[in-house]
Amino acid sequence: MAKKMHNTPNLDELEKGEWPSFVTGLKRLAKDKDIAVDLLGQLEASYKTRKGFWKGGTVGVFGYGGGVIPRFTELKNADGTPQFKDAAEFHTLRVMPPPGMHYDTATLRQFCDIWERHGSGLIAFHGQSGDIMFQGCTTENVQKAFDEFNEMGFDLGGAGPAVRTSMSCVGAARCEQSCYNEAQAHRAVLNTFLDDLHRPSLPYKFKFKFSGCPNDCMNAIQRADMAVIGTWRDNIRTDEALAKTWFAKHGMDELVNDVVARCPTKTFQVKEIGKIKKGEHISSVKVSDTHAVEIDNQDCVRCMHCINVMTGALAPGKDKGASVLVGGKSHLKIGGLMGTVVIPFMKLDTEEEVEVLVDFAQRTIDFFAENALEHERTGEMIERIGLSNFLDAMEIEVDPAMINSPRMNPYVRTDGWDDEVAKIKAKKQA
Amino acid sequence: MNAPVQMRKPKETGVPDNKKFLHPVLAKNFGDWKYHDRPRPGVLHHVAHSGDQVWSVRAGTQRQMDVYTIRTLCDIADKFAEGRVRFTIRSNIEYIVSDEKKVAPLIAELEKHGFPVGGTGNSITMIAHTQGWLHCDIPGTDASGVVKALMDELIDEFKREEMPNRVHLSTSCCEINCGGQADLAIIVQHTKPPVINHDLVANVCERPAVVARCPVAAIRPAMVNGKPSLEIDETKCMCCGACYPPCPPMQINDPENSKLAIWVGGKNSNARGKPTFMKMVAAGLPNNPPRWPEVGAVVKNILTVYKEDARPWERLADWIDRIGWPRFFEKTGLPFTKYLIDDWRGSRYNLNASTHIRF
Repeated sequence: MAKKMHNTPNLDELEKGEWPSFVTGLKRLAKDKDIAVDLLGQLEASYKTRKGFWKGGTVGVFGYGGGVIPRFTELKNADGTPQFKDAAEFHTLRVMPPPGMHYDTATLRQFCDIWERHGSGLIAFHGQSGDIMFQGCTTENVQKAFDEFNEMGFDLGGAGPAVRTSMSCVGAARCEQSCYNEAQAHRAVLNTFLDDLHRPSLPYKFKFKFSGCPNDCMNAIQRADMAVIGTWRDNIRTDEALAKTWFAKHGMDELVNDVVARCPTKTFQVKEIGKIKKGEHISSVKVSDTHAVEIDNQDCVRCMHCINVMTGALAPGKDKGASVLVGGKSHLKIGGLMGTVVIPFMKLDTEEEVEVLVDFAQRTIDFFAENALEHERTGEMIERIGLSNFLDAMEIEVDPAMINSPRMNPYVRTDGWDDEVAKIKAKKQA
Repeated sequence: MNAPVQMRKPKETGVPDNKKFLHPVLAKNFGDWKYHDRPRPGVLHHVAHSGDQVWSVRAGTQRQMDVYTIRTLCDIADKFAEGRVRFTIRSNIEYIVSDEKKVAPLIAELEKHGFPVGGTGNSITMIAHTQGWLHCDIPGTDASGVVKALMDELIDEFKREEMPNRVHLSTSCCEINCGGQADLAIIVQHTKPPVINHDLVANVCERPAVVARCPVAAIRPAMVNGKPSLEIDETKCMCCGACYPPCPPMQINDPENSKLAIWVGGKNSNARGKPTFMKMVAAGLPNNPPRWPEVGAVVKNILTVYKEDARPWERLADWIDRIGWPRFFEKTGLPFTKYLIDDWRGSRYNLNASTHIRF
């Protein structure tokens, strides 16, 4: 039995309504745990005053520099003692999830048992970077909890100026759109940088994310310094039986308005069967006895829309791999940046091919570590030095797939032009 | 002298292998799935080239879960789903079953325990959210409470698939925007410069780092009351709060003047158009716990107009692309003020350099 509950009229309001309530969960924990009683007390104070009352500090586990988010209460009595003493320390352990966030119940139950023994009993699945967040631990218990999670085969995630915890989508485990083995790439890359993940010493954070197709369910393009997004080079595959089933259900209006009209490059057409073109880059499939769809794959930008609408009738090709985009981040400091294309396509079928990705990641992190300013993200660094300089350092050939358009101003010194042309010609002949 | 304490060395095991956690049918058909469909909201039906099939039942959770809730979810997995679960990026839980007959009783069991089934396809799925007052050291508002209040309002659309396309929402408790890009996002927007406690700056803050952090170079070192501190050019300051994390004595959060803003049209997917950043469409909303009714009203209004007006497969950004911004503000009734005209770097690309005008 825990101590008496504080009055929480504001939080009580959040027990009403149909959506599962975190307040109800906290109250259940508070029946047995003083730390949850006082957490509710402090949170209610925030709801009353509209102020936050946590400050950071330095708490960690032996051997690592990051992975624990320290929180100490700032709500103090006149004599300096904490108003809510049993939640005066309320640290979080960030723990890296398995790729695709799959679990068995034995593992989840073991997490619960450990966290009931050493922490508050509050766990978030998952934080915005993908970590399992074990929330609410005293300084004394952080090491005990970590030791037990670590013995289970789980490891702390990143925090501070470090390689951060990564996420990958459900991917090849259950999704027909998957274009590479996301889990394999995720582990191969992240587990190369465990030193940079556990011991923050980079200019700023560095995030990897792995999405299996251009639907980018992991939001990699927007929130990863390096986004690995699956794609394919050959023709969209088709299945006539599923195409006819789709058309029988949805009809011509939907085919025209929802698919043809929404193709970003207008390469998707619907035609009478006799007028369908043939050729090495054409995908076509009959949807009825009279009509078929035709896609010229050279004009397809692999946006996924038609495949999303007519799943199974259309599918990504067989020559699969990934595009790598670099530099995504949120507002601070120069404004939001999407990742931009640095490797238009790479194969990721074999361990050797995955190793090429790991090597590129390694060289990017090395360059970032040496050249970024303090608190500068990779995207900001590239904005400052120009993409060409970054590509030079990475020994990557320029490619028009990297740009929206060539430059729109003459402010560039071009006296190396002839040399560049000669290099490109020599390369072509070689 | 005391004997040195033997500390346990960490095993740097990194990201664990997920193979042992996969549902057996997923492990068997890894990389060999053919297609999927959605027999009802909240259920995905995947078919493998081998002919194997699985049904994934998706349910909403509160994300910040107590161990009792997690154990209940585990009991359900043990009973129906061969003891396996997975989580989506938006904190929904998924149960995978290889027997279609288990789907209906599984849904009934989830609903009996208060977990709404839905969040698939063209629904409003769970809101991506951050930590807020519960655990963040710099929050302007709460996260879990805002999400709980909003999802109570939106739960019917979570359980249905009646929106034009999927709707992703996020909330963020400061302008760092940990919640990320979304079709619709709710983000704290401070309106007053930080209030500096000059007694503490010298001891707490690395002043050159704080000066460097300001996006508009509004912070400079200064001696105040004989102490080394920092001062702010308040004519330059746009109240982003970037100085507050490295220098807590520069308090940016203000119960009255830290407001909430609504952003729309973010999209991470490459489907149809390229990925887009969201745009601010409303600001000045009060930070009003415990249920933030003013924010809820604006959010519901935008989503209602979008639901009525958008065509199938139009994400919020696609819909606005078609109808244009003047019509967006007209249809939603939101005031278009001068503060919504971009003046940050690259802002000229956000101006209308054409005579493409809808009347």
